[in-house]
Amino acid sequence: MLRVEGLCKAFADFQAVNGASLTVRPGDLVAVIGPNGAGKTTLFNLITGHLQADRGSIRFKGEEIGRLPAHEICRRGIARSFQIANIFPRLSVFENVQVAVLSAKGLSRNLFRPTRRLVLRETESILERVGLQNRRVDLAGSLSHGDKRILEIAIALGNEPELLILDEPTAGMSPEETAATLELIRRLARDQGLTLLFCEHDMEVVFNVATSIMVMQHGMTLVQGPPEEVRANPVVQEAYLGRE
Amino acid sequence: MRPQRTLSPATLWALGLWLALFFAPLVAGRFAVYLLGVILVTGLLAMSLNLLVGHGGAYQFHHAAFYGVGAYTAALCITKTGLPAWAGLAAGPLAAALAGLLIGSLCIRLNKLYFGMIQISLGSLLWILALRWYSLTNGDDGIHGIPLPEAIAGPGGAFACILAAVGLCLLAMHRILASPFGTTLRAIRDNPQRCAAVGIDVRRHQLAAIVIATFFAGVAGSLFVVLEGSVFPDMLFWVYSLEIFIMCLLGGWFTFFGPMLGAAIIVLLRTLVGGMTEYWTLVLGVVLIGLIFFLPEGIMGIGHRLRLYRRRAAGAPSPRENGHAAG
Repeated sequence: MLRVEGLCKAFADFQAVNGASLTVRPGDLVAVIGPNGAGKTTLFNLITGHLQADRGSIRFKGEEIGRLPAHEICRRGIARSFQIANIFPRLSVFENVQVAVLSAKGLSRNLFRPTRRLVLRETESILERVGLQNRRVDLAGSLSHGDKRILEIAIALGNEPELLILDEPTAGMSPEETAATLELIRRLARDQGLTLLFCEHDMEVVFNVATSIMVMQHGMTLVQGPPEEVRANPVVQEAYLGRE
Repeated sequence: MRPQRTLSPATLWALGLWLALFFAPLVAGRFAVYLLGVILVTGLLAMSLNLLVGHGGAYQFHHAAFYGVGAYTAALCITKTGLPAWAGLAAGPLAAALAGLLIGSLCIRLNKLYFGMIQISLGSLLWILALRWYSLTNGDDGIHGIPLPEAIAGPGGAFACILAAVGLCLLAMHRILASPFGTTLRAIRDNPQRCAAVGIDVRRHQLAAIVIATFFAGVAGSLFVVLEGSVFPDMLFWVYSLEIFIMCLLGGWFTFFGPMLGAAIIVLLRTLVGGMTEYWTLVLGVVLIGLIFFLPEGIMGIGHRLRLYRRRAAGAPSPRENGHAAG
């Protein structure tokens, strides 16, 4: 579904991503792990078009998407959440999701129909799926940190993506919130047949959820494979997991 | 958000007020009616700017340029061509929107402050044209005694025309803001990066908003011709852009009617205090300082703040300030 090969990106002198490769098959839950500064977020920004790669190829469903702007990539079926809560603080929770649904349906430029009567059912159903239906009239900026992160996922779902990319979905969450978010991610993947690509610091989370794990270091891909294989890999143990 | 939830009673009030104002010339003196006309035209201009500033989050720093383009186009069409006056008045908004499209497409590639700076430069070019191209524009004398159709030539007729046009424009703007286009515009204001990530072409959307806003600025320009029967280069001066910017901030830039209220306050201040002392801007300065300290979201932003306080009192988590107060 998604195939990344030999991707490179430098910021001034710093080689943030330096030969990253990644394969995501339909239905996979792929986790990208690696120490801070390994280039995980940069990799995601490259895939979603928020940054342009220096070299390498990104193919989505057979099409090269490496040169497309972010909104075009989104329209091809890749939605994402961000590491810092990236929402619309002055819009209501409902409108936050509605904006994404309107965009997915090609209604964003409609000037003549009132928003309050459009895509209500779709938006409501997404809010119910993530459990934010009781906060719908609240301003998004007034939500707690955990709820903002959930809202972020809800916005991404509004695009009806085939591939959902989550950048550290549980960062800054309490243990309870983390558990609930994990459950949510698993349920979304199961019920909607979503393909997921995410990065995460919490190893427990990763080995619990992922069906495939890609390990990054210094912008390079060390290995990608099923969790058991990655756990057993001596290079990975040396570089990242730490010897027991 | 607000334009949908709380405006229905407010819209009714506004509609009632609008209809009642048509009777103003019967009860009010000539000068009061003229002043009302000034407030309406200036208010329309400020509200058109607020489409971009308050709802679109764009640094539209030289909006008056488009007001001037509208007014000069109308004035020149009427005085220099054989076109009927009505056609001239209709040409104003179209020319302003065209200027908005041209200047907008140049500015839109740049971000934030650079957008604003390049716009001030390009707008100032238009101001220089109006000021220096004597053979066409009469330079700083402006164009006076613009002949208007009989129906709107007298003060009563002019006021009715202005009131009707401003009402229609406000209705159109309200519909636009309540449409998906408007919701998306506010989303771009809040977070352009996130908007791109949900598939919105941010720059095209903002450019469309600029064209719409400059169209309404052009309407205000044409209405100025109806009101005054003259145009002059100061309409395009960048200081005037600053003044309408202040109207938005003063009235409440996250609200729909706020800029109209801000326009009314500034026009009245200038007329009443300006009649007493030439240092009327001193009063304006004090008002502004008070505004920044006590009402960073403008007068009509009070409602929003009250809602937040009420929610806080009800025990909900306190909303974090989200960067807009600084703008």
